[in-house]
Amino acid sequence: MSVSLAIRSVRIQVLAALLLSPAFLPAQRPVPTPPPAPKPAIPAPAPRFVVVLDAAHGGDEAGGKFGSLAEKDLTLALEVRLRSLLAARGIAVVTTRESDATVTPERRAEIANHAGAQACLSLHATQTGSGVHMFVSSLAPQDPARIAAWKTAQSAWVTRSLALEGLLNSALLQAGMNVTLGRTALPSLDSMICPAIAVEFAPESAQKDQKPAVQLDDPDYQARLAEALVAGLLAWRAEERQQWPQP
Amino acid sequence: MAPAMNMVRRVQTWLFILLLVSSAAMGVVLWQLREHAHKRLLAGQDTAPTQAPEISPEERATLLVANDADSSLLPQELTLPLPQDMGSRARVILGKLLDLYALPGATHPVPGGAASIGQVFLLPAVSLNGPLPTVAPAARNPGSGPGSGARGAPSAANPAAAKNARTVAPEGGPQLAVVNLTSAFAAAHPSGIEAETLTVLSICGTLHANLPRVTQVRFLVDGQPRATLAGHADLTRTYLAADAAPSSEAHP
Repeated sequence: MSVSLAIRSVRIQVLAALLLSPAFLPAQRPVPTPPPAPKPAIPAPAPRFVVVLDAAHGGDEAGGKFGSLAEKDLTLALEVRLRSLLAARGIAVVTTRESDATVTPERRAEIANHAGAQACLSLHATQTGSGVHMFVSSLAPQDPARIAAWKTAQSAWVTRSLALEGLLNSALLQAGMNVTLGRTALPSLDSMICPAIAVEFAPESAQKDQKPAVQLDDPDYQARLAEALVAGLLAWRAEERQQWPQP
Repeated sequence: MAPAMNMVRRVQTWLFILLLVSSAAMGVVLWQLREHAHKRLLAGQDTAPTQAPEISPEERATLLVANDADSSLLPQELTLPLPQDMGSRARVILGKLLDLYALPGATHPVPGGAASIGQVFLLPAVSLNGPLPTVAPAARNPGSGPGSGARGAPSAANPAAAKNARTVAPEGGPQLAVVNLTSAFAAAHPSGIEAETLTVLSICGTLHANLPRVTQVRFLVDGQPRATLAGHADLTRTYLAADAAPSSEAHP
């Protein structure tokens, strides 16, 4: 009796399994999955264009002294002008000093490197020569390496620094300024990993070998210089966006 | 009692006289020893020339003279007596260059003159692993003066140098010149990137123009490494001299 019951229960289970199998189920139309809803068109954020302004010297280190003027004060004054003009045009600015503080060359390069800037300007002033002197690092250009040596980190950026120098030079010439281009070995500049230029402004004379007609602390001269540098940086921003367009 | 006291006094007197004579004799002997020693010292420090001074023959030298007005380096030829020893020759030539800068109305005024060069040491050059700063001089805008164009271009010598990590040059090969400047020169040097760079470049170029084996230049100030010349130009680097040297017409 018990054996027949067991056989029966097995038969029922097999029958149920057969009936429930897909072969015995009615065919069903596949349910069309709704197409994914179109995402709302959010414009991609514009790449952050950052400029580092490095007012050279400061604090205990006055730099050059030109009578009653000190290089550290002249560079800070130009930095403040540039910062205002750039901020007014929506450009993010990072400065290495905002007051009469001592900042080491290593710290200046650290600030610039952490900012991930598209342009770094080291601002200087001098009594020798005339007009604006622009310098790019004298390191030989090299391919970028995963680990860059601190004192020669700029070597991977020299080519782009030269391109930035070209644009700034055009802007300064357009503003009617006397420009000299060169290469130099400057401790903070050589450690920066961004397109980096040292801008040194001197008294401006109308002609070569003439006494300077415009002095370093002339506010009009500084304003003209700042405007021209901003124009050059705007051209650099446009070029950068053209080279690396956003999706 | 009295004769005994007299006896003691006499002995004391004689003893005093004996000591006095001995002291005087010792004084005389010491004086003579001092004189002997003084004569010996004088004999040892005799600075009188034992040989007639050699007059170096006059030779042509090329100086790369900086000009602040247009940031240029112009070769200038001079004839001056030059010693045969290469280190001394380099020192004399650089001294002449700095003498020009110390003159009133100089195109690149820097006080100090020849006394600013302590020594110049010449060593076998070492290829360093890593990029060296080239010393291409400051260049005017294209078309606005001499020294433009290629002079501002980066050096192609560095990648090749970087391949040979710390390889000492063979005998007769390239040399490293170590120029020891005085701290007075550095302290009095005009501050500014252009002024300092021109001084460094003119020293490097002048060395290479007159001693073609000198391909690298390093700087010391009072025998010690120094961060910058006067707040700007890096003095901790090894400079490649070849790029600052004038073209072939300056060194026939």
